[in-house]
Amino acid sequence: MPETVTFFLFAALAIGASTLVIAQRNPMYSVLLLIASFGALSGLYIQLEAPFVAVAQIIIYAGAIMVLFLFVVMLLNAPKEDGADWDRLHPLRQPGVARWGTLLAVLLIVQLASALMAVREYNTPVGAQSDAATVNSVAAMGRSIFTRHTFAFEATSILILVAMVGAVVLARREGDQ
Amino acid sequence: MEPYIRPVVIGVMIFIVFNALIIASAILVLAERKIMGFMQQRYGPYLVGPHGMLQPIADILKLVFKEELRPKGADKWLFTLAPILSIVTAFVAFATVPFGAETTLFGFLDEPIKLGIADVNVAVLVVFAVTSMGVYGIVLAGWASNSKYSLFGGLRASAQMISYELAYATSLAAVILLAGSLSLREIVDAQQGFWYLFGVIPVPKWYFFVQIPGFIIYVIAGVAETNRAPFDFPEAEQELVAGYNTEYSSVRFALFPQAEYINMVTMSAVATDLYLGGWHFPGVPPAFGWIVFLAKVSVFLFVYIWMRWTVPRYRYDQLMMFGWKYLFPASVLNLIVTAALVLYFNA
Repeated sequence: MPETVTFFLFAALAIGASTLVIAQRNPMYSVLLLIASFGALSGLYIQLEAPFVAVAQIIIYAGAIMVLFLFVVMLLNAPKEDGADWDRLHPLRQPGVARWGTLLAVLLIVQLASALMAVREYNTPVGAQSDAATVNSVAAMGRSIFTRHTFAFEATSILILVAMVGAVVLARREGDQ
Repeated sequence: MEPYIRPVVIGVMIFIVFNALIIASAILVLAERKIMGFMQQRYGPYLVGPHGMLQPIADILKLVFKEELRPKGADKWLFTLAPILSIVTAFVAFATVPFGAETTLFGFLDEPIKLGIADVNVAVLVVFAVTSMGVYGIVLAGWASNSKYSLFGGLRASAQMISYELAYATSLAAVILLAGSLSLREIVDAQQGFWYLFGVIPVPKWYFFVQIPGFIIYVIAGVAETNRAPFDFPEAEQELVAGYNTEYSSVRFALFPQAEYINMVTMSAVATDLYLGGWHFPGVPPAFGWIVFLAKVSVFLFVYIWMRWTVPRYRYDQLMMFGWKYLFPASVLNLIVTAALVLYFNA
């Protein structure tokens, strides 16, 4: 029973915080709510008996990446998203954005629904499933990443490199050499 | 053993550790001022109690009775959240740090109990994750105060965090490789016994002796992590008034330095566990291990304070350059050499 209570607690926290990230207008609060959402996710990972994944989630997302986000928000001193005439409407209600957004949201809901339908192992905790050792043990997880999933792992690192180069190119101003 | 004794013992241990950390921060304030006085050839606090020993009590009373101020343009919620976040992460970080061998408390318990609140198999990473959340307290305090000095302090804290944390994690990775475990307790227990230099001279099997570069990197990054001089840019009282906590007063203010001192204790305890053999010392029985642990942590804390009153502050761009161009490459080199040696000796 306590597992069920904490599950719904963390789940509600994660969903609530993630919704508020896009639903309120202060960018500083958005960053903080995203951190709270990551924290709740990591609580769920702990419940799934995957402490390493939970801690990695905190270190990488909540610790490192969000500090960069916060740094940028503070450095640019981003104003609250209100005031300008074109911004009277909520951003999601502007016509062009709204159509694309609706399309993407419907797509996401269909995907989520089909994924949930496909899952059969609802009642088995991750710790009791066949690949439990991989999730529980850091050594087994490392071995799995560097043997079975080497290609995906290396491809991801190249993807991140490309994104970084892209960001540098975009950040350079027109006249700079 | 009665089933209810174990939870009670753990509860008592949490109570003791919690209060010990609070008292430690009070003692450290006094120790810092006394040592500073000694280094500057003056007495330091001398009026309250014999040799000024009761000064921390006077300080606490004064802070509690001050008026709570909040600037008009400050963010109401975040201004209060920031010191809470600082102090909570400081306390939580100590939860996974073991500080003694298994003991029955001189026969009081039937089954031995591990000294340390939570024994997690990824304890090193948990400490790292929680202390890295501590920076949010400082950054938020800087931002929520709506003051330029505070904002500069907060900005510097996040810039500093980005530049030293990689080197810090990489120096930890070398120790993890040596011990082959992410559990602090297993890392400490791997440091029992002796190495024999030239086959004769016994050297305690502490990782400090094989990880001197890693240890130096860890100490430098740890000083930056706790925002102590020479890396105290978020505070930088000569340039930024008091940096991130300029606008704070009363208990809200007191929580920041308290979190800083508790973080110092945690950093020292983790350094003792990782590099100085934890509670192991040649000739001392395991039952008195926690006294050895306390002694090692105290030596470390003294070095911390010593450093503050010896080395002048860097500029924060200097720290970023130092962190990225020297500290991080050095720690990667240390990791590669350690990995190669571990592979060579294990094969």
